[in-house]
Amino acid sequence: MKYALLIYADEKAWASVPHDEQHAIYEEYDKFANELVERGVMRGGDQLADSPAATTVRVRDGQQLVTDGPFAETKEQLGGYFLVEVDDLDTAIELAGKLPGARHGSVEVRPIIEG
Amino acid sequence: MTDALGALERSFRQGSGRAVAALIRVTGDFDLAEEAVQDAFEVALRTWPSRGVPDNPEAWIVTTARNRAIDKLRRERVGRAKTEAAAQIAELESIGVGVQEIPDDRLRLLFTCCHPALAMDARVALTLRTVAGLSTREIARAFLVPEPTLGQRLTRAKRKIRDAAIPYRVPPRELLPERLDGVLAVLYLVFNEGYAATQGELLRAEMGDEAIRLARLVDRLLPGDEDVRALLALMLLQHARRAARTDGAGDLVLLEDQDRSRWDHVMIDEGLSLLSEAARRPGAYRVQAEIAACHARAPRPEDTDWPEIATLYGRLATLQPSPVVELNRAAAVAMADGPETGLRMLVPLQTDLDRYHLFHSAKADLLRRAGRTDDAVEAYRRALDLTTNDAERRFLERRLTALQRA
Repeated sequence: MKYALLIYADEKAWASVPHDEQHAIYEEYDKFANELVERGVMRGGDQLADSPAATTVRVRDGQQLVTDGPFAETKEQLGGYFLVEVDDLDTAIELAGKLPGARHGSVEVRPIIEG
Repeated sequence: MTDALGALERSFRQGSGRAVAALIRVTGDFDLAEEAVQDAFEVALRTWPSRGVPDNPEAWIVTTARNRAIDKLRRERVGRAKTEAAAQIAELESIGVGVQEIPDDRLRLLFTCCHPALAMDARVALTLRTVAGLSTREIARAFLVPEPTLGQRLTRAKRKIRDAAIPYRVPPRELLPERLDGVLAVLYLVFNEGYAATQGELLRAEMGDEAIRLARLVDRLLPGDEDVRALLALMLLQHARRAARTDGAGDLVLLEDQDRSRWDHVMIDEGLSLLSEAARRPGAYRVQAEIAACHARAPRPEDTDWPEIATLYGRLATLQPSPVVELNRAAAVAMADGPETGLRMLVPLQTDLDRYHLFHSAKADLLRRAGRTDDAVEAYRRALDLTTNDAERRFLERRLTALQRA
């Protein structure tokens, strides 16, 4: 069973975190990724650029509409994700709980549909 | 006839839990399991009245439902799913001839139904439907929601279990305490719905019975767990008072006015014996059960050990800090030390509990006992404005009338 672990956090709050603290958290993410690889459950993952870099595209009646910014303005923004392949939801929840993002933001666990 | 049918339905329902759980374990399909057991019920309807209830209804239901599930799998699965179905059929066929050989899967099912990834109302509905075997109609009636709404709630929950791969198992040791807390919370919520429904009639004895039946099951399947025993004791001690809690007209009777000979003393004895062994780590259920035990042990209201109850509420407040617990503590202290002491303890709770009808009715009661009639009248009026329970409304109205006449 594959799951996306979607990491949501407040970008503004993150920007105000001191540099060395940010560094420590990045190291934690690296450790997490290594653990996923060691357990053989890693299927991918990336950090996303901040939401001001986002562009939203919609097509209505054949017309393409391009707007600046993310799809929705929310307090916490999607900042990155991991894809994991594990046995069940409990294991996915266990992994999600280890993400630093779960402490200062939220991690949404979403099953991936396989055809 | 209706009675005979009711009796058949009851004995069927009580025997069907293991069949549902076993079929879900093998097939992972809640709907298939429910349909197979429903089919077995139709067979029971046809054959039990003439041939009599089988000696071992549980084994009969497991075997009959298993055969139906096999038929369904053979008919419905095609293509790629056929290989999977063949494996499942082989496993279903191995589900024993004697019921003793069938592993009891209900504990796993209970943990799945009470998984924290499901919404609380879905956990309650799913537990009552699949573990307790209640019908959608019965659950909808008990929780005052339209039947289609409840049906959708169940469908969504089952879909989530499947799509998100919520595991079907008893959680590993490191997760067990937390997950068991979740299971007990569901059972206590079911019980409380029976104990004091928020709307309409006060007593829903059936939900109370179901919650106790489920708690007994958990106690049997996880023997020796303190929290489980404490919750079972708490439920028994409260449920024992059900016959005395309302009068002939369905009106609320306060603890102090209840006819204690109408309490179920067999149930009380069972509850008290569950508490006879001291807890190693007394939790909130244990403390609440001990409070209920103080009431149960008093032959007359004036024999109640109020100082002990006040102490227990103090302990509960540290385990589970909440303004409602403080309110109950104040009421117990008032019984031990007089209404004025209790009233002083209510002052800091006013802001938090201003919208809670029981705060105002407790306050009114203390004011009445302190002889402050005008203030008491005002507090009863405020409680009346806030309550949604008919029996409680009538009770408050009677109190108000009595006070205004005095």
